[in-house]
Order: sequence, then structure tokens, then C-alpha cells
Amino acid sequence: MTARPTQPAGQSRTRMVGLLWQAWLPLAAAVAIWFWSSGSQSYFFPPLSRVLEETWRIWFAGGGILRDIVPSFVRLITGFALALVLGVALGTILGINRTLEVAMRPVTEALRAIPGAALLPIAMMFLASGETMKLSMIAFISTWPILLNTIEGVRSVDPTLRLVMASFRLSPWYRFRYVFLPAAAPQIMAGARISFAVSVAVMVIVEMFGTPGGMGYFIRHAQQTFQVVPMWTGILMLGLFGYALNVLFRLIERRVLRWHYAMAAHSEGGNQ
Amino acid sequence: MIASVRPRHAVSGSEPASDASPILAIRNLSFSYGAVRIFEELDCEVRQGEFLCVVGPSGVGKTTLLQCLAGLRLPTKGGVVLKGNLVTAPPAELAVVFQDYSRSLMPWLTAEENITLPLRSARLSRAECHQRARKALEEVGLVGVEGKYPWQLSGGMQQRVAIARALAYQPSIIIMDEPFASVDAQTRSDLEDLVLNVRQHLGITIVLVTHDIDEAVYLSDRVLVLSGRPAKVLDIVDVNLGRQRDQIGTKSLPEFAELRSRVYRLIRRKPSHGGVPADDGGER
Repeated sequence: MTARPTQPAGQSRTRMVGLLWQAWLPLAAAVAIWFWSSGSQSYFFPPLSRVLEETWRIWFAGGGILRDIVPSFVRLITGFALALVLGVALGTILGINRTLEVAMRPVTEALRAIPGAALLPIAMMFLASGETMKLSMIAFISTWPILLNTIEGVRSVDPTLRLVMASFRLSPWYRFRYVFLPAAAPQIMAGARISFAVSVAVMVIVEMFGTPGGMGYFIRHAQQTFQVVPMWTGILMLGLFGYALNVLFRLIERRVLRWHYAMAAHSEGGNQ
Repeated sequence: MIASVRPRHAVSGSEPASDASPILAIRNLSFSYGAVRIFEELDCEVRQGEFLCVVGPSGVGKTTLLQCLAGLRLPTKGGVVLKGNLVTAPPAELAVVFQDYSRSLMPWLTAEENITLPLRSARLSRAECHQRARKALEEVGLVGVEGKYPWQLSGGMQQRVAIARALAYQPSIIIMDEPFASVDAQTRSDLEDLVLNVRQHLGITIVLVTHDIDEAVYLSDRVLVLSGRPAKVLDIVDVNLGRQRDQIGTKSLPEFAELRSRVYRLIRRKPSHGGVPADDGGER
């Protein structure tokens, strides 16, 4: 009884400990690099203090976030959203229709086996180097993990639920929105997590080779014009960007699969 | 009690509430998986307001029969006629309660959302959906669990939600596939009485499939006995135990014991002798 009011405090304490446990290695690495690089005369490995100064100057004070990170972010989210819609829509159709899925399998297997970067020259040939090419590349390459996981998730819907849907005459939209989609959601999210990482990688690559703009372009341009310190700041920002996106993704996943986590926690509690 | 074992086609005199017109007719119904014949030439008529139990040993094709009745499966031969229409797809006037409540309810929807999903799909207004869900939950004795998820409820309560979903759909006939097979004995008799009460209250027609002979006799107006490979209708036994039943009183009646052993003998295909007259060797 008396322990109850202290529960939130105890929870926040364990959360703090968890955060510290996650943070100690990056912090230790940063400190180590700071001292190790402090007297560096190497053109290619400037001292960390200079990189941090430049990072502040370019990205924060100089508006680099608005100029390059925001366009990259919009591009990434648009491409990923296209992949999500495409992957879930096609995956649901192929997951429900076994015959079609078997007929399409050689095509899907072949297409997904092509390393994404190999498509870049073709994409640039047909779609030029602008926004269309960038978005198409991100969407196309990121679709596969979502597509394959959606097929798997939809196929694993309980046969009893299929009978329920049929006997209560649910409309196709209701079957998709309230049965197949939530049933497959845990697997779709697992695929989306992989796709998201793929999307970030493809975004950087297409920006490096495409028309100016974005973090990928910034890094490559800095490297090619021998601006080594700005190049390092770009890589640092890209790392922070990726980490922030991961946190965002996890928050969304928690929200979307709330019932799933609650049910899992419930059945664990019931077993005790 | 000779009255309880009259020939099966006789209209039962002690059931004035049952309208004699058939709501559901099973005609020459046969089903086979490839060369394996599951059941053959089943014939039966379910009357308006009647409670019919289909009983038979496991593996006899009861679930397959139920799926044919519900339009979830097409028979190999013959057909099912619901209110004068041949059933070729799940009809709107029929609802199904499945055996495994943990798999027939959607864990991502609350009790109320589970109940209203078919109604919302049929484009009923939000107010109407809510109203029907509330009434159905009241009918099955579950008030105050609207916002709970199925996995937060006990097995018996989950099956009540599944029954409420069928009631809210407002069908003229409900088909139940071993609906009490996955709950404990106490919950089971509670649910049996619940279904009897609901039926009494709403005058709904029910076809219930079970392998439990006691349950079949206790619940029904008539018991359709299915047995053999391929399965055939061995008999349709009239259960003249009246509309009011109770777990202790009804089950200790001598008539109950007679009916029970009669159905049991039919299923075991033992030649009947002694006090119970046999009429299962007739013209079938």
C-alpha cells in the first residue's frame, strides 16, 4: 500500500538508469576521440573540437538544418510512405490471393534480389537525377521488406477469423481495415523497421548522385571540394538524424501496436 | 414415456410456440472432399422458433454441415433453403457463433467494437450500432464491459460477447458450432441456460452443433442424430420436455434419461431393446 505513491518515482529512476546505460558507451567514445584527436595535425582527421565548432556554425547557426536536413527528411518520409502504402496494398492482395502470390513469386523474388544501388544508373537514365528519381529509388527499394512481411502477416490470419468475416458479410474495406491490417500489423511493423533503415541508406546514396540538395549531397560535395571538416560535420549530423528517426519510429510503433503490447503484457501477467 | 419418442415427422403437440413452417430446409445435402464422402443425403426441416441440436461423434462432419448451413461452404450435392432462398453465400438473416471464442473475436477491438463491426460494415448509424450493442450485452448479462478487450475477459464472458455479436446482427436464425466446448463445466451450464433464456425471450431459431448428448437433449426441441461414414441422419428425436428447463430438475426427469440413452444408443449403433421402442430402422 505504502509503496504505491512511490511507484512513478521508482519507474522514472529505472528509466534514468536505462538511459545512462545506453549513453555511457557513446559518451565514453566521444571523450576518447576528443582527447585522442585534440592534437591532430592530420588533414583528414581534424580535432573533434573543430568538428563540433564547425557543426554548430554550419548546421545550427548557419541554417544547415533548414537548408539540407529538412529537405532530406521530407524526401525520406515521402519515399518511405510510398513504400509503406505500396508494400501493404500489394502485400494484402498477394497475402489473400494465394494463387496470384504463387504466380508472382518468381518476379518478386527476382526483383528483391537485385541490390538497390545497382538500379541507380538505370533510374538516372530513365528518370534523370531530380526528385522523381530520388523518391522512386527510395520507394522501390524499401517496398520489399514491407511487401514480404505483409504477405506473411496477412496469410497468417486465423482461419476462424476468415469465417467470421465471411459469415458476417464484412465489406472488402472493413475486412482490410479492421481484420487483415491489424492482424498483420506486428509483422508489417517488423518489415517497416527494416525498410526504414533501408530508406535512410538509399536517401543518402541518391542524394550523393542526384541533383544538389540534402545531407547526402552536402557530404559528397564537401568531400569533393576538400572541405574535410564540413564533411565530418555532415556525417555527425547524419548519425544524430538517424538516431532521432529511430526514436520517432519506436514511438509510432508503440502507438500503432498498443493493443498488441498490452495483450502480451496481460498474458505474461496471467501466467505468474 | 412413449410420447417423447414418437415418429420424427409428427408435429409436436406440446410445443405450441413453434410455428410449423420451416425457416430452414436441408434437402438431400451431401458433401465430399474429393473421394472422401463426409455426409450424404441429409434431410431436415428447422421450424420457425425451434431449437434444433445436431449431435454426432467427432469427425462425423458436424462442422462441415454447419458451414454448409451458414453458406460458408457449398455442398457437393443438394442444398440448403433459408426462408425460401437457396443458400449460396452467407445470408444476412443468419449469424454464427463459433466454437473457439479466443479466435473468433478480434483482440484489437473492444467488446463493443467486436459486436458493432458487422453493423458498421452494413452502414448502420453510429447511434443504432451503439444501441444494438448495449441491448445485446444486456441480453447476455454483460453490462459494463463495452470498453474491455476480449483478452481482458474470462472465457465465458468472451463467448457471451460472441453470442451478443450474433444477437446484435438481428438474424432470424443463429447457428452455433460447439459453442460451450472450450469453457469449464460451471460456465458451460450457465451459458446453456443463458442461450435458453435468450431464445425464450427473443423467440429466435437456433441450430446448435455438439458432441455432448446431455447438452443436446437439455437444450433442444429436437435432436438430429448424425452418425456413420459417410454420415447420415439416423433419426430426428423429439424432445418433449417443455419450454422451461433447469439444470437439476430437467436432468433428473426419467424422460430426460430415456431420451439421453436413446440418442446414445443411436450414435453407438447398438440395437435398442428393453424399455425404449426403436424407430430408427424405418424407411430412411
